Amino acid sequence: MSNLEDLYREIILDHYRSPRNRGELPTPPAHQVEGFNPLCGDEITVYIEVNDGVLQDIKIAGHGCSISQSSASLMSAAVKGKPVADVHATIDSFKRLMTVHESQLDDQVEPEPVDLRKLGELAALQGVVKFPVRIKCATLAWNTLTQGLSELNA
Amino acid sequence: MSSYDAQRVRADVPLLRRVIDGHPITYLDSASTALTPRPVIEAMSRYYETRHANVHRGVYTTAEEATASYEGARVAAGVFINARHPAEEIVFTKNTTESFNLLAKSWGRANLTSGDVIVLSEMEHHANLIPWFQLRDEIGFTIRFLPVGDDFRLDLGSLDELLQGAKLLSVSAMSNVLGTINPVAELAAAAHAAGAMIAVDAAQSVAHGVTDVQETDVDFLCFSAHKMMGPTGIGVFYAKREIIADMPPFLGGGGMIADVRLDGYTPAKGVERFEAGTPMIAEAVGLHAALRYLDNLGMSAIAEHERALTADALGRLRERFDGRVRVIGPADVHLRGGVLSLDVVGVHPHDVAQVLDQHGVCVRPGHHCAKPLMRRFSLPATARASFGAYSLTSDTDVLLDGLDHVLELFG
Repeated sequence: MSNLEDLYREIILDHYRSPRNRGELPTPPAHQVEGFNPLCGDEITVYIEVNDGVLQDIKIAGHGCSISQSSASLMSAAVKGKPVADVHATIDSFKRLMTVHESQLDDQVEPEPVDLRKLGELAALQGVVKFPVRIKCATLAWNTLTQGLSELNA
Repeated sequence: MSSYDAQRVRADVPLLRRVIDGHPITYLDSASTALTPRPVIEAMSRYYETRHANVHRGVYTTAEEATASYEGARVAAGVFINARHPAEEIVFTKNTTESFNLLAKSWGRANLTSGDVIVLSEMEHHANLIPWFQLRDEIGFTIRFLPVGDDFRLDLGSLDELLQGAKLLSVSAMSNVLGTINPVAELAAAAHAAGAMIAVDAAQSVAHGVTDVQETDVDFLCFSAHKMMGPTGIGVFYAKREIIADMPPFLGGGGMIADVRLDGYTPAKGVERFEAGTPMIAEAVGLHAALRYLDNLGMSAIAEHERALTADALGRLRERFDGRVRVIGPADVHLRGGVLSLDVVGVHPHDVAQVLDQHGVCVRPGHHCAKPLMRRFSLPATARASFGAYSLTSDTDVLLDGLDHVLELFG
């Protein structure tokens, strides 16, 4: 059993208490996409505005637990203003961070380690993998963003 | 509560000896599933070790014994809810959910047409919603909903109006979210006066008080063994003999037939026509042992024990947290069971449950398979603590200390 402090890092609690980029964007020009976690009733709406290959603006609405809310807030801060290609790279790194344990269980080839320095504040969420039930909470915003980008073919 | 000895029940439940991260387990999730006492585990092991055989087939000794055990469990389940004809009114299913599917897809499909009306309530568990939605989408009847008031009780003001022209009223005896105990006898009388039948979801109530289908005059009753200290994998469907006699079969296969030809089949006459394939024999034996165990404790004594625990917990939650922790459900312990849906103001139930887990406390966060009800009270979810026959006030002590920690971390 892991320590609660691994899960509820100060950065996470900070983003939960003061979420960044919270709100809505007018649609259009922004694109709106919704995500649900049917298990716990968490709901999230991600608004994104993509221009010339750059994710110019992002806003997050909805409700959920501290992990899903702080992950959404950290995500918004990490991807806002970034070229879409970089956004995809960040999404990939984050999802790998969330699946580290599963692939290690498989006895497969060691996956390429995630460079935590590149992830910056997002690395605070790495404690979540020790609480498998909460991985769905942490990835909700990311899966919703992925869906939004794919709907825009971005 | 004086003669009731919850400590003795605890001693019978091996799982209560688990230690979680250095803390002895504090199990407060009996509304999800009740822990299993040793007599139930042993009865199932003994069955497998001494007389396991398929039922209703062989003529050899163990096959006869297995059949007698299985049919004995059926009668015991009927007697437990005071069915008038225990051997002819009980069908074994997988769980409460399958019992409702049997009700909807056998009785419902045979008796409901597009112009018909059935009445459910806003506090129903998904088991008493989805099978009706599925059937409605197929047939096209109307579903009306009995509302839940701000006092967390069914609002009976519109009951007679809602029941006009209805063929069925299907409601839970106790809400798995609010703990509210519904007036089943009164609901049954109103349904019958309107010419409707009544089905009762007893999943949450059956292990926490007396169930009497004759006294309350209930037509259908559904419950699961695992919520009453029995095994998972077996549930009960009850219907009055005169009603069940006309119900068409549900699942098809071996065991439910009188005759099979290449051009068709004739279903069996008795309740076995609802039990296709090899049934859950060991689970029926386990259920029988659980019923015996509960009978020995006494259902009234269990109800009284849990009422005292609930009153104590409600009082201490109010005093200690002064509005920072709300209980979503009736305040009067005579109107509710030992299900405490907690809303820790400003903290998501997932986080509440996660912190409580660090104290060895098992509560359930989520919508409790009652999403319409959660919407009714504008809550995404709650953290639910629930008592069982083995619960003690010391369980509440640990819960309250854990809630202090929650507020310290997130407050």
